[in-house]
Order: sequence, then structure tokens, then C-alpha cells
Amino acid sequence: MARKKREIVRTSTWSAGPGCHGGCGVLAHIEDGKLVKIEGDPDHPWNQGRLCARCLAMTQYTYHPDRLTKPLKRVGERGEGKWEEISWEAAFDLIEDKMGRIREEYGPESMIFAMGTGRDIPPWICMLAYAYGSPNVMFALSGIACYSPRIAAVETVQGDYCVLDASQWFEKRYDDPRYQVPECIVIWGYNIPATCPDNVFGHWIIDLMKRGTKIIAIDPRLSWFASRAKKWLQLRPGTDGALAMGFLKVILDEGLYDHEWVERWTNAPFLVRKDTGKLLRASDIVKGESESNFVAWESAKQVPVVWDSTHVEYKPPEAIPAPRGTYDVTLADGKEVSCWTVWDQFRDEVDQYPLDRVSEITWVPQEDIAEAARMYARSKPASIHWGVPIDMTPAITPTTQAIANLWCLTGNLDVPGGNVISRHAFDVVAYALPGGKAIIKLDDAEAASRRIGADRYGPLQSFIWRAQTDLVLDQIFSEDPYPIKGMWIQGCNILPGIGLDPRRWLEALEKLDFIAAVDLFMTPTTQIADVVLPAATFLEKDSVRSWWVPLQTVNKVLKVGECRPDIEINFDLAKRFDPDFRWETVHDLFDEILGPSGMTFKELQEKGWVFPEEGSSSAPYRRYEKGLLRQDGKPGFNTPSGKMEIYSTRREDWGLEPVAHYEEPPFTPVTQPDKLEKYPLILSTGRRSAVYFHSEHRNIPWLRALDPDPVVEIHPDTAKERDIGDGEWVCIENWLGKCKYKAKVTRVVPRWMVMATHGWWFPEEKGEKPHLFGTWKSNVNQLFPMGYQGKDGLGTPLKHMLCQVYKVGGGEDEDE
Amino acid sequence: MSDTKPEHGLLIDYEYCTGCHACEVACSQEYGWEAGMAGIKVIEVVEPLPKDKAYLAYIPFPTELCMLCARRTKEGLEPACVKHCMAAVIKHGRIEDLAKEIDKPRMVLWAPRP
Repeated sequence: MARKKREIVRTSTWSAGPGCHGGCGVLAHIEDGKLVKIEGDPDHPWNQGRLCARCLAMTQYTYHPDRLTKPLKRVGERGEGKWEEISWEAAFDLIEDKMGRIREEYGPESMIFAMGTGRDIPPWICMLAYAYGSPNVMFALSGIACYSPRIAAVETVQGDYCVLDASQWFEKRYDDPRYQVPECIVIWGYNIPATCPDNVFGHWIIDLMKRGTKIIAIDPRLSWFASRAKKWLQLRPGTDGALAMGFLKVILDEGLYDHEWVERWTNAPFLVRKDTGKLLRASDIVKGESESNFVAWESAKQVPVVWDSTHVEYKPPEAIPAPRGTYDVTLADGKEVSCWTVWDQFRDEVDQYPLDRVSEITWVPQEDIAEAARMYARSKPASIHWGVPIDMTPAITPTTQAIANLWCLTGNLDVPGGNVISRHAFDVVAYALPGGKAIIKLDDAEAASRRIGADRYGPLQSFIWRAQTDLVLDQIFSEDPYPIKGMWIQGCNILPGIGLDPRRWLEALEKLDFIAAVDLFMTPTTQIADVVLPAATFLEKDSVRSWWVPLQTVNKVLKVGECRPDIEINFDLAKRFDPDFRWETVHDLFDEILGPSGMTFKELQEKGWVFPEEGSSSAPYRRYEKGLLRQDGKPGFNTPSGKMEIYSTRREDWGLEPVAHYEEPPFTPVTQPDKLEKYPLILSTGRRSAVYFHSEHRNIPWLRALDPDPVVEIHPDTAKERDIGDGEWVCIENWLGKCKYKAKVTRVVPRWMVMATHGWWFPEEKGEKPHLFGTWKSNVNQLFPMGYQGKDGLGTPLKHMLCQVYKVGGGEDEDE
Repeated sequence: MSDTKPEHGLLIDYEYCTGCHACEVACSQEYGWEAGMAGIKVIEVVEPLPKDKAYLAYIPFPTELCMLCARRTKEGLEPACVKHCMAAVIKHGRIEDLAKEIDKPRMVLWAPRP
């Protein structure tokens, strides 16, 4: 039999398909225009030929019989599951008409544009929202609690985000002479099957362990890393902030920090007024001086000295500020105030966390905290790699400040093998992320001012251009200050996946006049829509990726049915809604986005991937010394003061605590002792499966066979007390709701905690309401509330809830 | 019973196997196995240890379906599982050569059904 002609096409991932945030190089084997096999690209420096289970299942994903391949229009009642195939033209006409009417009657802000984890498509969702005129782009998780809070919080401290250095900045990777393998990595709330959060390929850490890196694991579960760690700190979920403060306490008490770095690069010497508790501004002491300038104490002359934030130096530059001490300063109006240094205030805060107290909060033995803190501080270099549990607590920002203080104070910021500043490659950025400038932005300031939550939350004004999710849900019901009438839902599965309190979300969705959904398969969420548009996998689209390096393209390899890439869908609709839409073709837009790289899309596509050269602001190391971080080219950081801010100027401006500290989350044995009798177990959720990405992939046979059921992990002793056997169906319940899971009786969880997997629905079951593909059966989000975001609008209590678990009699197929 | 002495095998450094299942799906894709079947299976072992401790291990185990990717290796390619292993813990080769490469603890040398 003659072999068919096979073509092998190179592309890279970042989209539906594997679903993750990795940027793996792949080789697609194509016969007659169809994908017959997919393999890892051995030449690609990111994955070096490796490929995960989800990507290796692409043939089943791409040609799945349930793939949506034509636009669908609802013909029955909402949720009844009756659909009619329509043409793209008819679908666009319908959407233009319905959304056009909402805009006319209620204003563009009455349309919400909802996204999930997004991958490469958030810019295109923003593009459509802004062309339509709505500022309300919403990441549908309570407290926007995935990644962007951490980015915003880190920028609050040091002006730029940073990640574990696994040599990803260099084509030759570990063999590049500039690189140094970390002596130690702190794995903080992260487990390997998740593989690629923070745009870091998880298995790079395995590469490093083989090269000698030792691990400190911080995790309530016996994760893979915990099993192999030199030190494992099994903390109570949600107490990460206290643990980080405990680390700081040990490091400061024992002098294990980089004194010179602190003095040179941080705002430690700045004076804080004891009367107001705020930073002393130059305008306080000299009439006509700038409010943006700060004041330190010149130790030789015993006088105040002004820090000029614009010129990033003292006036005069040779001033030697006192690192600590309390000083009386005369203000411009003649009043005398007592001030102490930022370092003193920070030190005072850290001193609130002696190890006996930290141990009591975290349940980690004192000596383990001390030994781990010493090991981290003494390892040179050392890195911290964290996971999403840091975002999933209301006090996300103070927790992040504490952890960022750790890598800064130990001299591990932007050094080989440390935590390296992660700029978008060549500063190519499609849309506004925390701190970023962008091509795609909402120019109408009046419209922008109507973004939900922007008036209330500082980070939403400065870094995160999103509507605040919890407030959006409330406003759908309250219609105050304006009604919400429609939702565009793209790659976002609210009901079984990203929505907490999902029954309330369903009620909210049903209240809307119009819902358009874009997805690859029918889901419980698309089932509630009025129009569903079929989207493309990464193999069916062109796209660009600059998170973080290298800069690379995703290349269109094949076509499936009438599926269209998200960007093309949004591009065509944006043209309909915005008469001034300025791009002719998608490639024109790509070319403009790629502008800072000096390459067009076609030129980049030919190269495949490109690394920024040394001297670029997106190439390491020690950029703050070289003046590569700031627009003015001066050494320092992109913060209001130009310093790494132990005391956050922005937090002070937002009326929030400026220094790192710990806050006990709302639903814990400490804050809810009355609930413990009925709900004695800590409920945590969200541990990853290697074969699923959130709510995706339950319909892919190869993958489902590897992880067939929703499982809750429960310790053998805890199970025995409840007469629960391995593999039995159990009910997880609290005062907010209940759900059914299969018990996995295992020692990987402590006796006092259960871990329930998230994102479950059953694509093989009935889609119509009320069943909605079994979305209520094993949906742990029914036990988590909306509306508990942190003081800055970010974070949500998702890793630490209370519950009871009991056996249910057999009824796994029972409908609800 | 086959009396053929196995020549080739798989050396696995299970200390670093993360249980990601890439090897299984790589095999299913290569041979078009239906869901639930593959030439290699990853087994999770939670070992209870003294003092209320435990160790979490994953062991890739070549099944009756493993044919050591004879077709691929003839073309000079690595077996599908070896190529795609995310942790790079599987080596394919002659058993006597692989035996010499056992230079650290927590390794296993498999001689699958030929």
C-alpha cells in the first residue's frame, strides 16, 4: 500500500488544544490536510522535544465528533438544548443586531465581555469590547484570583514581575555560560502536573533538580515536590503570608540578608511620619517641593535629605542616608514631627512574627521554619517558584509583598539562577497588562471610567484593566449604578469551572437579554447562550506569543469545519461595531503589535522564535543596575520612587497597609470556630490533573481514561472514621452547598484536610436544563461564595474553606 | 513460553517520574490504541513510612502491548514514550548497556515482552 504524502509542519502551542500557558514547539504531521500525529519539536528550546499528554491527544481533540463546527442559533427556550445551524454571516448579523440594541438602549458598558484563562485571546476579547465601547472585560473568577493579582502585587513592590530562572532566556538554555543553576528552589504552593503556570515549563524544575538544585516545598499536601524536598513545610492552607513573615523574621534576626543591596536599591532609609503613619514627602518639609519626592536622614550632617524620584537620586547624590533611627523633622509649616525609617517600620512589623506565633498560625513546627528560611537565605543563588494558591486568598497582596521581600532582600532578584525579571519579549505586548502600555486600549476616557470596580480598587486603576468580577455579579442583580443586559463569553466555562457560587451565576446569566458564546465544544455555559460560535484550536490559527521569551508565532496548520480562530471572529465583529477600527487584516494588527521587535509577522514566522539579545530590557541580568528597566534609562526600578519599595507608595495611596503582613482568611478554623462542630475538615480545591486543563478535556477518550472521575483526596484515618472506603462516592457539604465526589483514600493529604478536584462536568451526559451535562453533581464551587475579595479587590478564599464529608449510598447517577 | 533472551529494554529513573502520563498518550497516539490501552502505564505508589511519613512515587511500567517501538527505532527514532517523557527519565537501549548506566538509586530496568 502506497504511503500517503506526509507533511511535517512546525508551530507552537498557546491556546485551545492543550489549553495551557506553555509555549511548546510542536511538529504537526499532516496528510491530506488532516492532522495524523503530533510530536514535540526537538529543536525548540522551550520543551526540547518533550510534549504533555494533552498535546499528544490533539488528534482526538481536533476531530472530536462533538466539536462545534458551525455557528449555532438557539431555537428553543434558553437551556433547552435546541439549536439551528446558521451561517457566519447570519450569526454576525444577529449579534450585531442584539448587541447593537443593548448599546443603543443602555450604553455599551451594559455588555460584559467574559474570559477564562484566556491563553492568547484576552487581547482579542479586549479588542472587541473596546471597539463596541465597553470597558467591562471580566476574568470570571472571584477576585480575578489567578495570576494578575500576583503580577500587580509584585509590580507594587518592584515595578516589574519576575519568575524562576530556568535559563529560559537563552537559546542554549542550561549550557549558556551566563546561566547558573539555583542551589535551592522554594516551591511555594505549586505541583508538577500543572506543568506550565507563570509561563514557566514545570518540568524545567526537574531538569534543574537533576543538575543539583535542592527543593524546599511549601504545601499542605504531600506533593511530588514535597516527597523529594530537603525541607517540606506542611502549612495550613491560607497561612502563606504568616509563613513568609516567619521567613523574614529569621532572615532579619540572623542577618542573612544582603545589607548592601537593601541600602542601595530599596526605600529602607525613607522616613515615615509617626503622626500620620505615612511617608514623609519632600513637599511636607519644603514649600514648592514635589509630593512625589521623599525624604531620608543624612547621617553625617544630621539633616533631612530629599530623594528625587524623577532623577532617581538624592539631592545631593552623594548623601549617605541613615538606614534606621527615629528623627525629629521640622515641616514647612514649622511643625516638628517624629519620623522613623521604612526599615524600622518594616522591622517592627516583622517582629510581630516570632516563630512560636508563626508556628501556631501555620501549624508548621518552629525548627522547620527556621531551617528552611536559613537554607533559602544561605543558598546562592536561590529562587522561589509559586503557584496560584497565593492569588487564592483575600490578602493576596500583603502575602506577595512578603514573598517578594524574600527574593529582594536575599539578593536574588534578576541574578542568574534567582528570580528573574520577566518582560514581554522585545517589549511586544498586545494589550494592557499590569503596568504595560499597549496597542489595544480603550481610548474613550468617559467610557473607561464606567468600568465596574475601577473607582473602588487601586490595582484596577493602576495595573489591571478588568471589571471586578464579584461586583459584576452583584450588579447584574442590583442594576446599580447601571443595568447589565448582555454577555459575550469566550473560552470561558463559568458554570462548572471558573464561577464560584455557580447557581447564582446561572440565575444571573438567565436574567440577561442576550448571551453570545465562543467555544470549541458545547459546555454547560454555552448551553445557556443564544448564539454559539465555533472556535479554533492552536493548530487552526495564526497568533503571536511574547510571554515572556522567546518571541514566537503560532502558525496555522489546518482547518476544521467552519471553525474560526477567536481573533478572526472578534476582528470581523469589531469592524462592524467600530466605524473607526483601524486595521484592515489580522496580519496588519500582528505587524503593529510586533513593531517593537522590528519584525513583521511573516518575518518572525520564518524564524520561528527569537530571543532578545543582552542589553535588551527583556534579556537578563541585573537590569536595575544597567538602567534597562526605566524609560529614562536610569538605574533603578519602575516604581513611584524608583526604588524597590519595602514600603509601598501605591498601597499608601490606595489607603491600604503599605508593608507586608498576615491576615487570617475568612473561613478557617481560626475565624469560624463555631462552624467546626458541623464542618470540621478544611476543604481545599484546585489541585491539578496532568491530563486536564481546568474544565476542559473530559471528553477526550485517551485523557478521560487516565483520570475518569472527580476525586476528593481524604486521609485513611479521616476516611475510616467516616466508614469511607477507597473509590466510594461521598458527599462534600458545608453551609453553602454540597456535591458528590469519589473518595481517593490517600496519605498525600493530612488528616485535617480534603482536596477536591475542580472543573468537573460530564460531556457524555444530557446537555439540556436542568441537567446541564451534570454540572451540579461534582461541582465543588457550590461550597465557595462570591464577594470575599480582598481589600484591593483581588484574591478570593478558594484554598481554605470548611466542610464535612460523608458516604452516600451508591447513587452516583442520581440527577439533581 | 518464549525462550528468546531479551536484548533491548527500558531504563527508568523513577525518582524523577512525575506521573504526567505523557508516555501513555504518546504510545496510544503512535499505535492508535483505544482509550485505556497503551504500551506503558504509570502507576502511583504512596508508600507509608515510619513516623507518619510517606513517599509519593510514580513508576512507568511497560505493558503486554509494548513493542519497544521497533518501527521507530529502526528509523533511528527514539520510542514514542522516551521521546516525549516530560521528565526525560526513560532510556531505551541494549539491556547490557543500560545496566551499566544504573549509576544512582531509584532506577528500574525493564525487559518488556519482545
